[in-house]
Amino acid sequence: MAIRRRDFLKSAGVAAASLSLPRLARGAEAAGIYDLERFGNARILHITDTHAQLNPVYFREPSVNIGIGEMAGRPPHLVGRAFLDHFGIRSDSADAYAFSCFEFEKSAARFGKLGGFAHLKTLVDRLRNDVGEKHSMLLDGGDLWQGTGLANVMQGRDMVEVANLLGIEAMTGHWEFTYGEQALRDNLERFKGEFLAQNVFLTEEAAFNDASAFDRASGRVFKPSVIKELGGHRVAIVGQAFPYVPIAHPKRFTPDWTFGIREEELQKHVDAVRGHDKVDAVILLSHNGMDVDLKLASRVTGIDVILGGHTHDAIPQPIAVKNANGTTLVTNAGSNGKFLAVLDLALDKGKVGDIRYHLLPVYSELLKPDPAMAELIGRLRAPHVTDWSEKISTPDRLLYRRDNFAGPVDELICTALRAELDAEIAVSPGFRWGVTALAGQALTMEDLLAETAITYPETYVQEMTGAEIKDVLEDICDNLFNADPYYQQGGDMVRAGGLSYTCTPMATVGSRISELKLNSGKALSASHRYKIAGWASVNGQQGAPVWDVVAKYLRSGRMMPERLGSGVTLKGVDGNPGIAGQG
Amino acid sequence: MTTRTGPHPTRRLILQGAASVALLGLGNLPFGAAPARAAANDKYPEEAFKQKREADAIKSLYGRTAEPSDKVKLDAPEIAENGGVVPISVTTTLDKVTSISFFVAENPNALAASYRIPDGTIPSVANRLKMAKTTNVTAIVEADGKLYRATKEVKVTVGGCGG
Repeated sequence: MAIRRRDFLKSAGVAAASLSLPRLARGAEAAGIYDLERFGNARILHITDTHAQLNPVYFREPSVNIGIGEMAGRPPHLVGRAFLDHFGIRSDSADAYAFSCFEFEKSAARFGKLGGFAHLKTLVDRLRNDVGEKHSMLLDGGDLWQGTGLANVMQGRDMVEVANLLGIEAMTGHWEFTYGEQALRDNLERFKGEFLAQNVFLTEEAAFNDASAFDRASGRVFKPSVIKELGGHRVAIVGQAFPYVPIAHPKRFTPDWTFGIREEELQKHVDAVRGHDKVDAVILLSHNGMDVDLKLASRVTGIDVILGGHTHDAIPQPIAVKNANGTTLVTNAGSNGKFLAVLDLALDKGKVGDIRYHLLPVYSELLKPDPAMAELIGRLRAPHVTDWSEKISTPDRLLYRRDNFAGPVDELICTALRAELDAEIAVSPGFRWGVTALAGQALTMEDLLAETAITYPETYVQEMTGAEIKDVLEDICDNLFNADPYYQQGGDMVRAGGLSYTCTPMATVGSRISELKLNSGKALSASHRYKIAGWASVNGQQGAPVWDVVAKYLRSGRMMPERLGSGVTLKGVDGNPGIAGQG
Repeated sequence: MTTRTGPHPTRRLILQGAASVALLGLGNLPFGAAPARAAANDKYPEEAFKQKREADAIKSLYGRTAEPSDKVKLDAPEIAENGGVVPISVTTTLDKVTSISFFVAENPNALAASYRIPDGTIPSVANRLKMAKTTNVTAIVEADGKLYRATKEVKVTVGGCGG
């Protein structure tokens, strides 16, 4: 602890930004990094994509996050040193460790884990107490209820209890929807805050059959926004759920609901809260993903700040986007409980005078866990602690998931699927959640579940021709690299095991993927049928849950092969600063 | 007949349901003829429904080309939740509208539906399209003898993989 404390003291401080000051570098000492200078009359705290990680975690930020077209070389598509240089963060600082992948393993040993809801609770309470009553609110951007074995077996009920104790006043959703309508509604009954989504509507059939909705006339399933009085001013919080729930996940979870970005409905609603409700500020609590939010900010007017999530981008400063009627600031607050965003507003009659924004890393070693939250977490985890703490394996290398194309976690999953299900090729979805484990760290069932716990974990084996495999890869790759962010879904590329290929991100759909080869080096034949194993299919499957398949593989004493049999060769992105070591 | 505004959703849904029989790929007589005949006494545009390419279908239906217009508001999803039933609607602020037609560029037959708009009718039409793959959807509004168009790409994807 003494050594780590010294490391924190050396750190350059937390990046901050405002409309008037491009960047405020603070040479803070460790204990003081959470002492924010008082500013304005309202404070909004924002967490997002915590993925139910109740305890502190390691989470390595991506080393490959390529932006193409207009997004090339711009946040959030900067990684490693390019990211640090852009935001003026010293490479040996604690912030460099929290915000980037730069020298991750070395820094993990120095600075320890981040996040944890008991630590977060201490920080939230402190920042709210600093500004006094009726001057602050706490928002959650969604993906709060999913990401651990506990959240999965409890269908998110654990996180509702935690949210209530933490004091979350409004949230929107994404993975929340994958528990299905009934579980979602049951949870919302218990949730003390508001669940906001301006972009979820009844399907025409469901409306015709009088399905339950917040507003029958518009067909809106949930309340679109809430108005809160802060510091004597009125602030509207509008919710924007993940727009592509029935596409990215099995449609059976949300058969009565239709989603989408719904720009036009959003504009109408923003105009209404401004014109009719006379609010002084409009905040969009968004689960669109950062690229989508940046485009939306250029087209929808009247939003002061978009507090964003989904794409797990930890961006220290808001990005100002001009539109027809002014400027909208766009943020994204990282993932897995690593960060707490603090938006301080100087509110005036009918407008926001100025803002300060801080994305504070939740350094668990600098924060005393809140006793009540620690007790709640202990109680929630108790029924499963024994079962899930069995050591399954001790990996000899760093395990992480986040990256555009591949990561050791999914290499492990694909290797296990191929071995256990006797398939030539395996695929694993490009999720962005899932924590990082250090080399030599014992891997438990709880750790495995933190990479795989979803409501459709069934594995499958099926036959596909080489041509069909290429088509699927092209389709998914377009969800990542379509030049228009509105056509992206915000995940990463599907991971392939037993298969290598070349990818040209700048190309168009149908011509990005080439040179597909099996591990043997043999080219994939368009007409030959191959046996493929996978999990997390949007179609119903019957196989064993993926965590059991991977656990079985690991229990037999095997690990990943010494030399990786799969790989993606990138073409046409030389010099792109979205690839570590480039640009 | 827009889908999300106005005080009588149920009534609008019924109207919309009636219009949606002119589905793409069903451009044969039993399905396509009903709305066309119901709207006007014009001859059923059999040749236009048979055309493969969008340009040929437009030419066959109207005999000329359309110019892009921001007065034609085409509402369609960026990514279809179900390629088999893609909701789409058109409204316009143009005057003297006499017809509204939908085209799906890369469907087997490009013309999906064509509506005659009787004088005094609010020019607003909703429909559902069946789409085999990602392609452009175009709406053409015929107003005061001229043609105006709006186009939007609708992506049809296999799905999976959310962040």
